[in-house]
Amino acid sequence: MFQRLTGLLLAVALCLSAYGVQAADNRLILTGSSTVAPLVLEMAKRYEQQHPQVRIDVQTGGSTRGVNDTRTGLAHIGMASRNLKPTETGLRVHTIAIDGVGIIVHRSNPISSLSNTQIIDIYTGKIRNWKDVGGRDLSITVVNKAEGHSTLELFLNYFALKNSQVRPSIIIGDNEQGIKTVAGNPGAIGYVSIGAAEFSQARGVTIKRLPLEGVAASVAEVQAHRFPLARPLNLLTGKSPSPLARRFIAFAQSEAVADLIADQFFVVPR
Amino acid sequence: MMAKCLDHLRSKDGRWNASLALLTAGMVALLLTILLFLMSEAWPFLISADTGHGGNRLFTNLLQNPGWYPLEGRFGLAPMILASLAVMLGAILIALPLGLINGIYLEFYASAAFARGFRLLLNLLAGIPSVVFGLWGLTRLVPWITQWQPPGASLLAAILVLSLMILPTIALTSASALASVPRELHTGAIALGLRRTSQIIHIMLPAARSGIVAGTILAAARALGETMAVLMVAGNVVQIPATLFEPVRVLTANMALEMAYAVGEHRASLFASGLLLTLVVWGLSWMAYRLGRHQRKFARHD
Repeated sequence: MFQRLTGLLLAVALCLSAYGVQAADNRLILTGSSTVAPLVLEMAKRYEQQHPQVRIDVQTGGSTRGVNDTRTGLAHIGMASRNLKPTETGLRVHTIAIDGVGIIVHRSNPISSLSNTQIIDIYTGKIRNWKDVGGRDLSITVVNKAEGHSTLELFLNYFALKNSQVRPSIIIGDNEQGIKTVAGNPGAIGYVSIGAAEFSQARGVTIKRLPLEGVAASVAEVQAHRFPLARPLNLLTGKSPSPLARRFIAFAQSEAVADLIADQFFVVPR
Repeated sequence: MMAKCLDHLRSKDGRWNASLALLTAGMVALLLTILLFLMSEAWPFLISADTGHGGNRLFTNLLQNPGWYPLEGRFGLAPMILASLAVMLGAILIALPLGLINGIYLEFYASAAFARGFRLLLNLLAGIPSVVFGLWGLTRLVPWITQWQPPGASLLAAILVLSLMILPTIALTSASALASVPRELHTGAIALGLRRTSQIIHIMLPAARSGIVAGTILAAARALGETMAVLMVAGNVVQIPATLFEPVRVLTANMALEMAYAVGEHRASLFASGLLLTLVVWGLSWMAYRLGRHQRKFARHD
């Protein structure tokens, strides 16, 4: 009994000393975009499982914080859900996933495409009936996302809208609720992550994805960087990242996390 | 004194007593911690001054209703408070008469075998997770209302789903309130030669009133606190509805929709609405408790 206890104490002491020695290269701090953070958090969990001595700390605060913290050295790796601005120099960009958002309508809707102006007019309430864009005489149900969701942010940015300009008929939380809402309403229009929409459509859910600027809303087009309503999810580092940061980024870009990316309805870049 | 205390602790009953007291104190402390947590998280929003107008932001927001655009610094909570109350009252309005009829039927008309089966069914209904009701509402009820009055997801859909959820509670509590009315009252009514409808309406229902009301208040508290089912069918547009067919957003749905993404003052405003809701639900539970106590006293009196 006593021996076992001593052994245990010894083991604990060893662990502690080992931790003390390696602490510098065992901790990784990531800050930035709240869109990228949930995905990176899952990746970090898996990485920690495989490397029990490593501790990864993921904090949110927006893409700009990710850029600033990486430049000032507050974070080892920054997270940004956008491309770098010309002024943001001295950083290296590592894309880990792409977020693509597609416009969806009910499958019975005869409309096969809408122009960007038409979509803006529908979302701001200037067009309220499908017959005004060449469809049936049916009032339009505008499905919008709740404030704070990254999909909403991407949508508003792309169409240069403010959320208070949008005249929604229904507000939804996650992709699944959005898809079910549109599938149950022949007059509905909404936007969801393309991965989620393709997945549901393949299983017979009564929705239809509309092309944007002539590009089909599919995972393949997002992967090929052709689909316009999409953005990269990036990890940022300085010009010479630490070995651990390098290893984590290699892990985040490897096949080992492809399932985590798909789970969050993002697209694996090619 | 000390020795006496220790003596008491040494006895089996004493130990049992002490450990129960300890556990209860722990639970009370936990509940208070939750309340304190809510308050401290909501504090920045509760005290923040409205930059434009001076005065407290919460109250100016409540009175002027600037709309709910937290990312643009506009925190109009009033439409959501009204929506929560409207959904609750609507659900009670539908579920109370139906539940009461079910309760009366169970107590006075149903055969013993049927009553047993029906009670079992009601218990089962009361135990169905709310997200199941929500899913049913979203995939069946909302499309059905859409055919008639688009967009379908609306105050009406929320009221219908909620009334279905609280119906079993009201039916079961009113049945047991009727059952706990002293037997003498019922036999007396029979001896007076009253018809069965008169017995029920003039003797039994008034005697069971406070129990029925207490059950209804508990159901109302549940309706007010319900989140998933309402979120899925109510449409969640922040507005004061003009008709039953317009979408609304209730306080609980607002928290569930935005909490994961909210930071700073936005987050504090969500905690403030949580605090408000908690206080209202506690108030309702306290009322139900008071009324329930009255019912028990009444029952003992005879």
